[in-house]
Amino acid sequence: MESSVATPPPPPAPPEGKTPTKAVEGSATWSFFDRLGLAFCWFLGLLFCAIAAAIVIYLLVQGIKFLKPSMLVTPASAGYTQGESGGFSDAFIGTIILGTMAISLALPIGVAIAVWLVEYGRPKALARLTELTIEAIAGIPSIVLALFGTVIFSSVALGFLSRSTEGVVFGRSFFAASSMLALEALPLVVASTREGLNAIPRHVREASYAVGKTKAATTQRILLPTCRPQIATGGMLGLGRIIGDTAIILVLLGATQNFAPVEGAPFPLNYLRGAGTSLTNFVYEASPTGNLNQPQKAYAAAFVLLLMVLALNAATDLVHRRARKVGTWSH
Amino acid sequence: MEPLSAPPPIRRLDPQDPTPAQEAGAQATNFVAAKRSIAAPQFSIRRMEVDKVSIHYGAKEAVKGVSLPIRQGEVLSLIGPSGCGKTTLLRSLNRLTELTSAAKLTGSIRLDDVDIRLIEPTLLRRRVTMVFQQPNPFPMSVFDNIAYVLREQGSRRMKKKVLEPQVHSALARAGLFEEVKDNLKHPALKLSGGQQQRLCIARALAAEPEVLLLDEPCSALDPQSTAVIEDLIVKLRDDVAVVIVTHNLQQAYRIADHVAFMYLGDLVEYNSATRLFNTPAQQRTREYVSGAFG
Repeated sequence: MESSVATPPPPPAPPEGKTPTKAVEGSATWSFFDRLGLAFCWFLGLLFCAIAAAIVIYLLVQGIKFLKPSMLVTPASAGYTQGESGGFSDAFIGTIILGTMAISLALPIGVAIAVWLVEYGRPKALARLTELTIEAIAGIPSIVLALFGTVIFSSVALGFLSRSTEGVVFGRSFFAASSMLALEALPLVVASTREGLNAIPRHVREASYAVGKTKAATTQRILLPTCRPQIATGGMLGLGRIIGDTAIILVLLGATQNFAPVEGAPFPLNYLRGAGTSLTNFVYEASPTGNLNQPQKAYAAAFVLLLMVLALNAATDLVHRRARKVGTWSH
Repeated sequence: MEPLSAPPPIRRLDPQDPTPAQEAGAQATNFVAAKRSIAAPQFSIRRMEVDKVSIHYGAKEAVKGVSLPIRQGEVLSLIGPSGCGKTTLLRSLNRLTELTSAAKLTGSIRLDDVDIRLIEPTLLRRRVTMVFQQPNPFPMSVFDNIAYVLREQGSRRMKKKVLEPQVHSALARAGLFEEVKDNLKHPALKLSGGQQQRLCIARALAAEPEVLLLDEPCSALDPQSTAVIEDLIVKLRDDVAVVIVTHNLQQAYRIADHVAFMYLGDLVEYNSATRLFNTPAQQRTREYVSGAFG
């Protein structure tokens, strides 16, 4: 038999004056379409970076130009010029109230649903039904949710959640709006938490059961702390939806320019049962198409909204970074 | 030490050549492991009794009428090719099979003469703890990994100070204390693979079990960590009954006192390690330990 072992061809001589330090796979050998695809990916990636940067920088410039700290503490008032019409403190506080109330409803319920779906999920048919319901809610436009909310919260039985006079229920309040906003955030929390739970290997759960721990103890002390980053992401996405929503505010919060507390109710229920506004609604009203038409304040308010979202992002990132320090399992 | 029976093997290139065992016409195999790191047991106390156990998954019978004693003072190794039911049998010893599947068990498994089906599962699993193939410390500190086991279910009560001696002794029993004592707050998942696995053993020991189950504990580890863990397992056998499932025949030979060879759900042979590997009673065993199939 001849020598059947093929000797590898000698490596090409390095070009003069340049000593290569590392051999790298280049796209030069790729087919035309592969290279075109790669170029397209680069183009799109850069395009979206540019769009995001443009939005942030534009709002940053406009916001810094027009935002005065006094706007955050002065409520809106009637006036002919922008100097007379005050700030948007009620909208700012309104957004914070809505965000707090809605996410503190959505987060525990969403996490609980996700835990049930992943860890229990029996009977199967009920689990499937729950999944479908969550997906359906995720797909419903918020204006439809808002409309549905008016039906529910105008019912006499729920009159204690909004302004009601002589049996006629107004149906618009912070309670009503934040309940529906929570429903909008719920699918995001559920999806993110499920993803986190599903990422935990089965043998980690079993390790806990194998030292005599119950399912409840395992969930509480191992599983949920482990998917803290994903829960935080879900909460962040949910909060983003909540503070960014306008339709529900318009329909279910009354969309006044100031707080309209219910007389006679104790604090803070008088405010929560009353109508109000949020930053998104303020931006809408202050934009050239809105009733107030004071675009400078629209920019200022939009800037505040953007800052809030960026702060949320940073907070989530912090949770993720902490989790990375703890490490994860090799699969 | 039990004497080694065969000389170092010569690698045979031509399969037609007779093996030394065939030449001698004996029942011996040519199975040789480096060394047995285990002395004869000093004593043995019967802790568990597997009595004519069959386990069905629907129509499939994963384990067929297996009977075995599990004794404190010795290491029992379950060997056999993949899918022979050894892991299923191991996981049914602390009723872990019940959690994930609709496995049906007939026959009985007794722990200190009590049928384990009569013992509340969480209590049983504290008496019969388990270590898994993949190191799986919880994503918390080394200290908290052990403290979690010592605390009542989901509770956070019992201060660190109170738990400290127990945590230290569990780590010491797993031979990990010296390495981690200066930094018990270190995240457990940042330890090396071998240390993680010893932490998992420490965690399993913290519950003060009577039986320790190990499901291929070294298969994800490097040879050095494996050697450390093998030594540890041998040391532990006087305090707890040890059952280890392994794919690695040399490992079974090195550390086990008794070996059970399973094939397609049947217990083919249960014997002392030296006998099972060197002069097996069954043809199937001989073929398996000599590498005819796997």
